[in-house]
Amino acid sequence: MNIVVCLKQVPKKDSILRIGSDGKWIDERDISYEMSEADAYALEEALRQKEKHGGEVIVVSLGPERARQSIKEALAKGADRAIHLFDSVFDTATDSAAVARAISAALKDEKYDLILTGLQSDDYGFAQVGLIVAEQLGLPSATIVMEVQPEDSAVRVKRELESGWFQWVRLPMPALLTIQSGINQLRYATLKGIMAAKKKEIREVKAADIGLTSDDLKPGQVIERAYLPEKTKRTEFIEGKPAEAAAKLVEKLRFDARVI
Amino acid sequence: MDFELNEEQQQIKRTIREFAEAELAPHVSEWDEAAHFPVDLRPKFAELGIMGVLVSEEYGGAGMGYIEYATIIEELSRVDPSIGLAMAAHNSLGAGHIFIAGSEAQKQKYLVPLARGEQFAAWGLTEPSSGSDASSMLTTAARRAGGWVLNGSKNFITNATFAETTVVLAITDRAAGSHGISAFIVERGTKGFSVAKKENKVGMRASDTASLVFDDCFLPNANLIGEPGQGFIQAMKVLDGGRVSIAALAVGIAQGAYEAALKYSKERQQFGRPIAEFQAIQFKLADMATQIDAARLLTYRSAAMKNAGKPTTKESSMAKLYASEVAVRVSEESVQIHGGYGYIKDYPAEKFWRDSKLCTIGEGTSEIQRTVIARQILKA
Repeated sequence: MNIVVCLKQVPKKDSILRIGSDGKWIDERDISYEMSEADAYALEEALRQKEKHGGEVIVVSLGPERARQSIKEALAKGADRAIHLFDSVFDTATDSAAVARAISAALKDEKYDLILTGLQSDDYGFAQVGLIVAEQLGLPSATIVMEVQPEDSAVRVKRELESGWFQWVRLPMPALLTIQSGINQLRYATLKGIMAAKKKEIREVKAADIGLTSDDLKPGQVIERAYLPEKTKRTEFIEGKPAEAAAKLVEKLRFDARVI
Repeated sequence: MDFELNEEQQQIKRTIREFAEAELAPHVSEWDEAAHFPVDLRPKFAELGIMGVLVSEEYGGAGMGYIEYATIIEELSRVDPSIGLAMAAHNSLGAGHIFIAGSEAQKQKYLVPLARGEQFAAWGLTEPSSGSDASSMLTTAARRAGGWVLNGSKNFITNATFAETTVVLAITDRAAGSHGISAFIVERGTKGFSVAKKENKVGMRASDTASLVFDDCFLPNANLIGEPGQGFIQAMKVLDGGRVSIAALAVGIAQGAYEAALKYSKERQQFGRPIAEFQAIQFKLADMATQIDAARLLTYRSAAMKNAGKPTTKESSMAKLYASEVAVRVSEESVQIHGGYGYIKDYPAEKFWRDSKLCTIGEGTSEIQRTVIARQILKA
């Protein structure tokens, strides 16, 4: 079974974020990057399926040169080869549709049974790229996947719904699944894996190689302003008898603050 | 001259850091308090490949060099120095001795399971009355039909309690001085071999330290490493590499202590601003960072020379001496920056301080390192 995993490199979770000088995104200087968490789970799931059923795991990532670090990590963990969409033309591809167009074009000649993506990225969090890729490649898709059980030419997946409910869905393969974080236990790259990754292929793909121009990658959506959440302090006094006040407080904690 | 780690080395550094922060960090205080070494993590160490870092792949190791090795020990020690110490003793000393001087049969039988991480190794040189002066050791190995009989004891042995394989040095010919010392492989459970008192230490508490007792312990000839009388020379080679690992361990401790101080100094407010804005604290941080960099560079240099197969007695001693003294100074400054919170166990500073002191003592005191360095300088 051949599985493609889409990876995105995002700022590390513990980064101290500052708004960039254009006020439209964070200042990317002095930030460390890592594989987006849900993508790491998608990769892990792909590696586990490969260990059970054989085949190949191919990672694809669109990003600047630094994204190579996350690609190498995926190869060190056990992916077989990688496609790095690396071209200044891709810099304008900041919305999900443009990124999805590039990924779909890069996968056109690949043979795969499954494409896995993280449910959503840790930075933009649109949760769209996977679904648009599926649409463009004409594949069935399932989102928020918690379990993957391949059958002959189909795949059964467990989807997470609201309020602790789940749903089992059966899709014909090839299919695209967006994977929920926590679905499995992530592995570490091993020393042997890191050395083995040196010999694995990372194919760099430019926009022209897959027949795309900057027009194809124009974003349909533009970020107007990025800002840090404004912190305000507001104290609310709950009046009334102790029992009533307590009941009101519990209600607020439950439904407004949602902490209980 | 390139001062950057290459792509793979950087990845090793990130991986070990990720592992240490996820698997070790949550338990550091608990293991320290209980003086417990997490033996049950062995399969995870094995999976990562850090129990046979320097051992070639044909014997089940990762076949890496000293730069990678130093990086691994540093990253483990940045989070838990006791784990760094246990891994250093396993890789450099116990497994290292067999890798450097063992026969093919000994490597197949003992080194392979150690390098694969199926077993732990320990190494016994020090005795209650002999440390750096190894030739005054009292443990003897007397020839018997088909082998040797060991009598005596060893102390301050890292990994002693749970090691399946221990390399032990003993006198086989007292008249020959240091040329009368030989090295033997002792399996756990060998009749006449027992592990005695576990030490209750100031720091490095999660690292297991105990004494070994040999009471008419018979070992077959096959357990002698090399020829009789070669043990001391083998041990000196083992320690040459071992010093690189202790230097890396010290750099890791200093780095961990420094990062804790840096974080705290940005958070702690006094007189209406973070204490990091006061020059008194800034100068401390600047000195700490500079000294750590220097210690790390000395460590990398000795590692690179080791990889190139050059003699490193002077350079590895310099790295070990300087890095271990930096670890003590930096971790003390970290306590100082933490103020009262540096003196209590809720913050990591005091533990780095306690752990750091081992580095100026173990595997050759600072004084012995200076003696070794001076001897090398004056020899020229």
